[in-house]
Amino acid sequence: MVAVVGSNELGRRLDAQWERPRGLVGWLATVDHKEIGIRYLVTAFSFLVIGGVEALIMRLQLARPNAALLDPAEYNQLFTMHGVTMIFLYALPILSGFSNYLWPLLLGTRDMAFPRLNAFSYWVFLLSGIFIYVGFVTGHGPDAGWFNYVPYTSRAYDPGPNIDIYALGMVFFGISTTVGAVNFIVSLFKTRAPGMSVNRVPIMVWGTLTASFGNLAAVPAVSLAFLMLWLDRQFGTHFFDVEQNGRPLLWQHLFWMFGHPWVYAIVLPAMGIVSDALPVFCRRPLVGYTAVALSTVATIVLGFGVWLHHMFATGIPPLGLSFFSAASMAIVIPSAVAVFAWIATIWTGRPVRATPFLYFAGFVFLFVVGGVSGFMTAAVPLDWQLTDTYFVVAHIHYVLLGINVFPVLGGIHFWFPKMTGRLMSERLGRWSFWITFTGFNVAFLPMHLTGLLGMPRRIYTYPAGVGWDGLNMLTSIGAFVVALGVLLVVVNVIRSLKSGAIAGPNPWDAPTLEWATSSPPPPYNFLVIPTVASRHPLWENRLDETGERSSTRVGPALDHGREILRTTPLDAEPDGSVHMPEDSLLPLVTALVMLAGFAALLAHHWWLALAAAIGTAICTLVWLTPARPATLGAP
Amino acid sequence: MSAIPAEILAGAERKPHRTSGWWGMIATIATEAALFAYLLFSYGYIAAQAPPPWPPVGAPELKLALPNTLVLLASSVTVWWAERRLSRRGDLRGCRRGFLATLAFGAVFIAVQLLEWHKKSFTPASHVYGSLYFTITGFHMAHVVAGWVMLAAVAWWLASGRAGPARPVPVAVSAVYWHFVDAVWLAVFTTFYLLPRLG
Ligand code: HEM
Repeated sequence: MVAVVGSNELGRRLDAQWERPRGLVGWLATVDHKEIGIRYLVTAFSFLVIGGVEALIMRLQLARPNAALLDPAEYNQLFTMHGVTMIFLYALPILSGFSNYLWPLLLGTRDMAFPRLNAFSYWVFLLSGIFIYVGFVTGHGPDAGWFNYVPYTSRAYDPGPNIDIYALGMVFFGISTTVGAVNFIVSLFKTRAPGMSVNRVPIMVWGTLTASFGNLAAVPAVSLAFLMLWLDRQFGTHFFDVEQNGRPLLWQHLFWMFGHPWVYAIVLPAMGIVSDALPVFCRRPLVGYTAVALSTVATIVLGFGVWLHHMFATGIPPLGLSFFSAASMAIVIPSAVAVFAWIATIWTGRPVRATPFLYFAGFVFLFVVGGVSGFMTAAVPLDWQLTDTYFVVAHIHYVLLGINVFPVLGGIHFWFPKMTGRLMSERLGRWSFWITFTGFNVAFLPMHLTGLLGMPRRIYTYPAGVGWDGLNMLTSIGAFVVALGVLLVVVNVIRSLKSGAIAGPNPWDAPTLEWATSSPPPPYNFLVIPTVASRHPLWENRLDETGERSSTRVGPALDHGREILRTTPLDAEPDGSVHMPEDSLLPLVTALVMLAGFAALLAHHWWLALAAAIGTAICTLVWLTPARPATLGAP
Repeated sequence: MSAIPAEILAGAERKPHRTSGWWGMIATIATEAALFAYLLFSYGYIAAQAPPPWPPVGAPELKLALPNTLVLLASSVTVWWAERRLSRRGDLRGCRRGFLATLAFGAVFIAVQLLEWHKKSFTPASHVYGSLYFTITGFHMAHVVAGWVMLAAVAWWLASGRAGPARPVPVAVSAVYWHFVDAVWLAVFTTFYLLPRLG
């Protein structure tokens, strides 16, 4: 049962068991979390680029007064699709991509608890994104803002298929998020390497775990809201119909019950990336691990609490800004803890100014600035003044780009060597950081002022001579500078894939388990299941925290077919070996059948929809059917 | 590191409540419970602001719904019994009988519920109460059907040896889902059938 690293024989055996078949079918059938994670990253990043292009078109239109590049209807679809793309199809999936790639590597195991479900979650994400985009490309994109308020979106005011596509697409997309969350939670509690008690997991794990719990609680609210809206529009139900005692405000409640935790879901794992990766470049452990971990969890608890207060105590219908303000309020205390931890880590460390460090430090800076402005706008009187002006747009972008995009770009530079075995170019990296950072502030800092000068959001053009011209031009220039920076990141990735310097297992000399295996890791991740004795398994000789030593070289080999070790939820004591499923086309097939079902619903082909529902049930049964006893060996 | 004892490594599937499958089901139940909470919240939100009388058609009759509730509760008892037979005594036959009884009760519930829908004087489009009634009981029905199919599959696996005393996970997982579906019904039943009688 125990094996020592260095035996090639074992590696060959594991390779044979874990490697996916070659060719297209193998590519479509793989359940390897690393491949799925990279697909998530590439797909979500593509959505960032697409949403970015939409933004650039809007900025071309808004660069000068009375421009006629877009008509109002086109502008409506553009800003809506930009919001939908960024919030749903980019911001969370990109973090799921990191977590999918890293989760088993960080936890010291060989795959997620449900590998096929993992593949399924990716395919549904991809197909639902395409579903929504087919509407947009054919001129039927959603056009009432990403939060889609009724009655604008009721059939009387928005009769085309635009909103139906968005509604069904979001219900479909919600399935992906939900099963992904289940997978993260169960994998965390069941598959950690022996010895990795909960107080030894990386902060990013805390972030993704918290986000996953938030998603389990929140996603049903938005799926239900969209379903009810679709029923109202297609079957004449009256949920949001005032004339029949329905309540338009019900939409807002359901939407923001979801939206609130969602904001944390798209920032907490990103903050986790920083908490784990920044210390590597400060050459010391994170200051205040426990406080940061607890504050991560506290954020979402507080968030739900603030939300309840918002809804029941004040009774103010939640508007865009009060929502983001409340979110910022709730996040102030816990994020202050995190900020102090990061600053203290930089302060007391010996910073190495590599590209990832720049991105992370830039993030900390933006976080402080954005936090202060967010806290200010959280004050209610200001709130009333600024609601629905460009001040809000500026604030949204400081929060979302600051807390999500910068850590993501840093994370790409940080883990690229692990994923590909090659280093990215430092020179291009620095250029990309400074260009993005400068462009970002040129674009969005003046935008606060545009808002204070009264420019409303969501207008397709504006008259000359009201004092908004210069600021808008500045913002548009900044937007193109940001785009250039992101383009440089892409160029860097593509060039480094071919010609980057060979990285080796641990180019940054980082402390966590993913760096204990080769770059890129073999399909089975670890030759033997590691045993963990501290938070920093690879820095133990230096830190000597506990006197004990982790082991990544000697441990259970688990080489009777695809096997992983199951451990107990809190202390991670060994609790059995588990057989893992083989690669399978079922996840893809199931997702395609469901896509057919949603398309049928959209087209009112009820029989096809019913057939797809039955097809989904059959796929699920085939999927879940246990192996016959004989193939399992003796019971 | 010391070797992990072989009996620990081999025993993974014996204790269903420790498996990933069980945990996955609990997480699924959690998110579905949230879904029903939002459904019932929507009912309460609309009901609280609707002009009286609420429900506009009067409180629904209990003639079919109350006995049907008892049928569903009985099905929970039989599946509980079936699981115990298997886990405590390794009694495969008893377990299968319990599953068949549960399936029978489940089928009765579905049939009676369809009859109840059929007898309603309103449709989902008649008024907001009708929308709420059919959507919420419809969601519940969808879960009953899903649970029923799951139980039927497990009954089949019990017969074909894919599940049994040495492989109790499917039994435990489908049983807990069925209990959940029943618990949700109690909440739906209370909201629609009992609460309007209190006011
Ligand atoms: C260079 C990058 C970006 C530029 C130039 C940009 C520009 C814009 C513009 C012009 C609008 C429309 C404002 C209006 O008419 O009200 C907008 C809205 C929005 N943006 Fe961005 N954006 C960028 C990146 C992002 C990112 C990365 C995110 C999220 C992660 C994001 C999220 C949003 C949201 C949620 C809205 C509101 C949409 C709505 O009103 O429904 N943006 N952005």
